[in-house]
Amino acid sequence: MIDKQKKATAYWKENVRYLFILLFIWFAVSYGAGILFKDALDTIKIGGFKLGFWFAQQGSIYVFVILIFVYVRLMNKLDKKYGYDE
Amino acid sequence: MTVQTWTYILVGITFALYIGIAIWSRAGSTKEFYVAGGGVSPLANGMATAADWMSAASFISMAGIIAFAGYDGSVYLMGWTGGYVLLALLLAPYLRKFGKFTVPDFIGDRYYSNTARIVAVICALLVSFTYVAGQMRGVGLVFSRFLEVDINTGVIIGMIIVLFYAVLGGMKGITYTQVAQYCILIFAFMVPAIFISIQMTGNPIPQIGMGSTLNDGSGTFLLDKLDGLSTELGFNEYTDGSKSMTDIFAITLALMVGTAGLPHVIVRFFTVKRVKDARKSAGWALLLIAILYTTAPAVAVFARTNMINTVSNQPYADMPKWFSTWEKTELIAFDDKNGDGKIQYVADAKLNELTVDREIMVLANPEIANLPAWVIALVAAGSLAAALSTAAGLLLVISSSISHDLIKKVLKPDISEKGELWAARGAATVAVVIAGYFGIDPPGFVAAVVALAFGLAAASFFPAIVLGIFYKKMNKEGAIAGMVVGIVLMLFYMLKFKFGIFDGGKEAVAGLAKDWWFGISPEGFGTVAMIVNFIVAIVVMQFTPPPPQNVQDIVEDIRIPSGAGEATGH
Repeated sequence: MIDKQKKATAYWKENVRYLFILLFIWFAVSYGAGILFKDALDTIKIGGFKLGFWFAQQGSIYVFVILIFVYVRLMNKLDKKYGYDE
Repeated sequence: MTVQTWTYILVGITFALYIGIAIWSRAGSTKEFYVAGGGVSPLANGMATAADWMSAASFISMAGIIAFAGYDGSVYLMGWTGGYVLLALLLAPYLRKFGKFTVPDFIGDRYYSNTARIVAVICALLVSFTYVAGQMRGVGLVFSRFLEVDINTGVIIGMIIVLFYAVLGGMKGITYTQVAQYCILIFAFMVPAIFISIQMTGNPIPQIGMGSTLNDGSGTFLLDKLDGLSTELGFNEYTDGSKSMTDIFAITLALMVGTAGLPHVIVRFFTVKRVKDARKSAGWALLLIAILYTTAPAVAVFARTNMINTVSNQPYADMPKWFSTWEKTELIAFDDKNGDGKIQYVADAKLNELTVDREIMVLANPEIANLPAWVIALVAAGSLAAALSTAAGLLLVISSSISHDLIKKVLKPDISEKGELWAARGAATVAVVIAGYFGIDPPGFVAAVVALAFGLAAASFFPAIVLGIFYKKMNKEGAIAGMVVGIVLMLFYMLKFKFGIFDGGKEAVAGLAKDWWFGISPEGFGTVAMIVNFIVAIVVMQFTPPPPQNVQDIVEDIRIPSGAGEATGH
């Protein structure tokens, strides 16, 4: 019983750590690159895109999609590691 | 063949398809009615979620809004997609593990209180009704333009179709109809976008075409050209917007958090088999949504540039046919103020002679770009798919809130399964009629409130659910106080600054902008109300008894993905 509890706590801790890292990236690409530092990034141009504008209208969305699939992968591995896989 | 014939054919085929699916997948039990039996595959659920989520607003209005707002339109793009990251990481897996039918179910059980359940039901109804009314209006608009029937007839046709498959099939019918609707709407959105991208830049991928050079041999980048045209006419630079950074920040956050708190999206994650499927289907949903959401800003740029090029400083007599077609709907209007017979389209309201409703950009785009008739008809079928799929999802939330959370869980716990199923169908029917009434005779507030449904969801549900999962000690007193204060504050701010209730009505609204708290618009205020909800909940919790041990055990349990079992109502 105690072991089971310990395992659950350890699993939850690792899960929350992943969340912090992924949500930090989520914040950085949208609120960071797309809004707070938009003007600075706009001085850089890639093709016809000003970089800040690109992050706000395109880039952040691509990153969001990747983030969720990375999360799915990380969690599937974590489930296996702790035997919660089914 | 004419546009109209094509429209009748395509709309007819798609409607027959929806009805066929409804008959094939009608629900026999409450479990099938509420969660489609619980065995939907992650990809199918992702498609259904995407169609459920992308409404008339996403399909018809969003690109148009962005076309006129430029960089400011980014709030919708980031806000309505970024919410899925929150949904996937913070809510979906745990709610699936919890394994009940509805969002008020979770709130009621987690906070061991029927008061909390009822507060959640009220919030769910408030959010869903405001949102569904806008969808029915969208259906009416599309019908009136493309089938040339009046708006009311259009709304009634839409009502009958939705009634048929939502009432008969419940979540099961809706899920598979939405899968079909996703395919139709995404195809209908992409075809004209790809056509126009090739026309303007030679690049078949609109997302890249948007940042490419123009086809006219000048070597100018499309976006630079548009920035130039905009400033020339006195507008803001397209890539640079006019809203304050605080407001952009607040609106984006309110839309993200609101997306994650919308009950009709959350319930979709109850329909998959395992916790890992819930995570995966959130990924599929966002990927499928992103196809449209990354194309929309490209469509916006193409449409805006095309429109300025077509009308600006051109003789009215030379306008192409689409101009007069849309003039009939009064969504575009020309007023020759200086009497020179040419259209002056400029930022200065005194000199400007052209008013264009932002709603028409997507619908008129294929005509503006001179695309074939079947493409125009396809867009009509796609926009109907978008509006109907969202309306059906919302109706299901309304009907399950009433039959499951109110009747079964509070008023009449001994109701039989059969009785509950009939109550659900009855509630869905009543809800369709009310939604149809709002569509036919929209009270002035409908359009304005649709955008605010997100603020309401952000202010009420999101904190209660997140705290319920991540903060074991959160108790019922804290959660209820937080939800009530959050939603009341949001309603107050809406009434004050969006409707001017306390300051002399709608005419006064524009003048009130200077009094916005922290310079935040009503659309962005959900962020503030959400933060207040969190604070109130945590403070109240300090002075009230902790939740009972068995509830704390439930929280421990939902954090572990295995053993999810099936969603049940008991």
